[in-house]
Amino acid sequence: MPDQHVTEHKDRQEEEETTGLRRPLGVRATEGTAPAVDGARREQAKPREAVFELRDVKVSYGPKPAVQGVTFDIGRNEITALIGASGCGKSTLIRCLNRMNDLIPTARVEGEVLYHGQDLYAREVDAVEVRKRIGMVFQKPNPFPKSIYDNIAFGPRVLGMKGNMDDLVEQALTHAALWDEVKDRLKTNAFGMSGGQQQRLCIARCLAVEPDVILMDEPCSALDPISTGKIEDLMMDLKREYSIVIVTHNMQQAARVSDKTAFFTVELDDEEHRSGRVVEFDDTDKIFTNPSDSRTEAYVTGKVG
Amino acid sequence: MSAHAEAIGRTSGSRRAKDLVFQLAMFVCLGLAIGLLVVLLVDVAVDGAGNLTWDFVSNFTSISADQAGIQAALWGTIWLMGVCALFIIPVGVLTAIYLEEYADGTKWYNRLVEVNIQNLAAVPSIVYGILGLAFLVRGPVELGPLGTGDPTILAGGLTLGLLVLPVVIIAAREAIRAVPPSIREGSMALGATQWQTIRRQVLPAAVPGIATGVILALARAIGETAPLIVVGAVTVAAFNPSGLGDIFTAMPIQIFDWISRPSSDANNYQPLAAAGILLLMILLLLMNSVAIWLRNRYEQKW
Amino acid sequence: MLAALISVLTTTGIVISLLEETIVFFGDVSLSDFLFGTDWSPAIQPASFGVLPLVSGTLLVSLVAMLVATPLGLGAAIYLAEYARPSVRKTIKPILELLAGVPTIVFGYFALTFFTPEVLRGLFGFDVAIFNGLAGGIIVGFLIIPTVASISEDAMSAVPQSLREGSFGLGASKLQTTLRVVFPAALSGIVASLVLAMSRAVGETMVVLIASGLVAQWGVNLGQPMETMTAYIGTTAKGDIATGTIAFKTVFAVGMTLFVITLILNLFSIRFVRKYRQVYE
Repeated sequence: MPDQHVTEHKDRQEEEETTGLRRPLGVRATEGTAPAVDGARREQAKPREAVFELRDVKVSYGPKPAVQGVTFDIGRNEITALIGASGCGKSTLIRCLNRMNDLIPTARVEGEVLYHGQDLYAREVDAVEVRKRIGMVFQKPNPFPKSIYDNIAFGPRVLGMKGNMDDLVEQALTHAALWDEVKDRLKTNAFGMSGGQQQRLCIARCLAVEPDVILMDEPCSALDPISTGKIEDLMMDLKREYSIVIVTHNMQQAARVSDKTAFFTVELDDEEHRSGRVVEFDDTDKIFTNPSDSRTEAYVTGKVG
Repeated sequence: MSAHAEAIGRTSGSRRAKDLVFQLAMFVCLGLAIGLLVVLLVDVAVDGAGNLTWDFVSNFTSISADQAGIQAALWGTIWLMGVCALFIIPVGVLTAIYLEEYADGTKWYNRLVEVNIQNLAAVPSIVYGILGLAFLVRGPVELGPLGTGDPTILAGGLTLGLLVLPVVIIAAREAIRAVPPSIREGSMALGATQWQTIRRQVLPAAVPGIATGVILALARAIGETAPLIVVGAVTVAAFNPSGLGDIFTAMPIQIFDWISRPSSDANNYQPLAAAGILLLMILLLLMNSVAIWLRNRYEQKW
Repeated sequence: MLAALISVLTTTGIVISLLEETIVFFGDVSLSDFLFGTDWSPAIQPASFGVLPLVSGTLLVSLVAMLVATPLGLGAAIYLAEYARPSVRKTIKPILELLAGVPTIVFGYFALTFFTPEVLRGLFGFDVAIFNGLAGGIIVGFLIIPTVASISEDAMSAVPQSLREGSFGLGASKLQTTLRVVFPAALSGIVASLVLAMSRAVGETMVVLIASGLVAQWGVNLGQPMETMTAYIGTTAKGDIATGTIAFKTVFAVGMTLFVITLILNLFSIRFVRKYRQVYE
């Protein structure tokens, strides 16, 4: 399976070399523009489109960096997992992707975070619009103290989305594999559901605003194994339409669901300050069976926690 | 999904405006609330500062505004606070100990006590005055000298005490509750009885919290006017109290009297009232500062 | 245990003392005359004991007070809970608590000597009597703002941050998050604060005694004197009246009415909080 995903860089590099033109991001290569350098391969392989491009991203709370040196791409319709021990900045990084770190006054983001080629942190970019397109599911399910219906309807209402609300709610819940379980009690309070259901509600709530990307910060760590399994199945389903980034502590989960994996580690600098760094980013299979870096290997084989 | 290939645009101007206007409106609310209270205090200070002299403190009240002073009222207040404190400290602390350490929360009579305290905390102060009048001055527990039915310091102090008792009870309960069970367990494990544990371990640890509560209760009591009016504090007293059975006046009463007297050019009582208020506020400020200092100094982090 | 009984005794004492004289009072005056009569003039002959003017005076003053205190108190609370920096919040909250401790007589003084002449008549040019219901109502309103603000702010701060994050994560703005997520979540605490404030307004004596005058008005003219239940009790019960007179008994009858009204308000507040208190787990 990894063979089918040709890296974006190689693609564009070849194209550039042959045509002398640089194809802008987000624009698909059509038959006419790209010469058949390797026609056979091109016809069967889907070009990998990057949703995010991170270049040397560094996040600091105050003077000290929390995570630095992050450089990789997040691909369209893929599940990208961020793994690594506690405290290496995975959550910090994922919160960069939808500008949730804006809520923390001391947070500072350096480097480039490109979303479909656009600088996410440019002055003129609207953070609210960012969060409409890049949704987030949190570690502990956080439904609003409202009815199930109102939870889902909240997003569309505040964003002024048009359309029949009942249909929107049903669609979102169906997408999140929750419709059958709750369709008869839409007006009951969301807290009456189990933890796993609440988390799926949060996913449905996120889907209701029609995002492009879904970020998940350890979505299953507060759930039992059965609920976890349901959500993992849901993820595999959702990736057909959305791009997903997941932070997880659970290596097996990363191995199960993700296409690409980024491995983070913690470094100590001269003053004993901890910061995180991406050591390796590659196809999931490769990370888990034949990692390039020894630190990655130590982590995935369980030698270090 | 070509929609997502569109660039993300600017923040909508109208939305940003709405956000800002809202934040400003909320800030204005806060500003007005605090602002008016500041204006009030400044107004009082301006009116009264000139009159707050040593003469003022040492004189007794008189018809002649130039010679009027607040001494009787000041001493009356001090005596009242004394009676009040002597009442609320034992009763409040014992009630709190009972509720926290001994009472079984499920028994109906204990729940009744708890609900009672909650309700009493919200009863208007003037109703306490009626209670004091009915029971302590005129009624069964007549505390007047020789049963004449006159209002006495004892009656006044007790009335105020009943009024602020819930404050002490609530504060004492919180202070006792804050002492961790491990302290109690350690003491009992050494063979101490429950009462010994309370007396030697829990109470001493809770003292700062209780003291803070008592001071705040007294700070509330010192400014109360309505109950004293009803109980019968006099407004013209040219002497200081010398015993619990004496009739009395108090600072808020004196101030009220001066406010209510029609002022003429010859005798303007308003500045006197302002000076009285100023003195009262200074006392209050002192008491609150002591309470805050106590809280900060002795606050134990378990 | 004995000490705890004192609190129960107090309540019993209040109820009994009020009840006893009230019952005697109703020996002389019929209950319906009292409750539904609109003329309150117990002291002049022929005496009339309709309590409605006093009740309406109390309610009107309290209504004005709530109209002032609700927006200002809630606005202040929202600002402190959602927008203010932690350092600002830490200094302002204790100031609010201190202001809550200012004796009511100070407010009364301010209402009579500054607010009516300088603000109502001076700044706004209203044609009001020197003793009027409006001044009393507005000043009582300012008196209870700290109650509303303090308790509502606590309620909103208690809303977990995870709820706000969930809302922001969906793309809601701060305004939308505050009004559509935080405020509704804290509603039970907010309503409790409003009911408590109303109860305080109803029971407030000194401000209205000083600033609103002693003419029992059966009407809505806020520019004129307006006697409340509390003011009546305060002025009548000055300790000079003899036990047993009808005037003495009116104090208890009115006191009973006042007690019942505040009791109902307080019980409502407790029930409401218990029913709608948000458990966030």
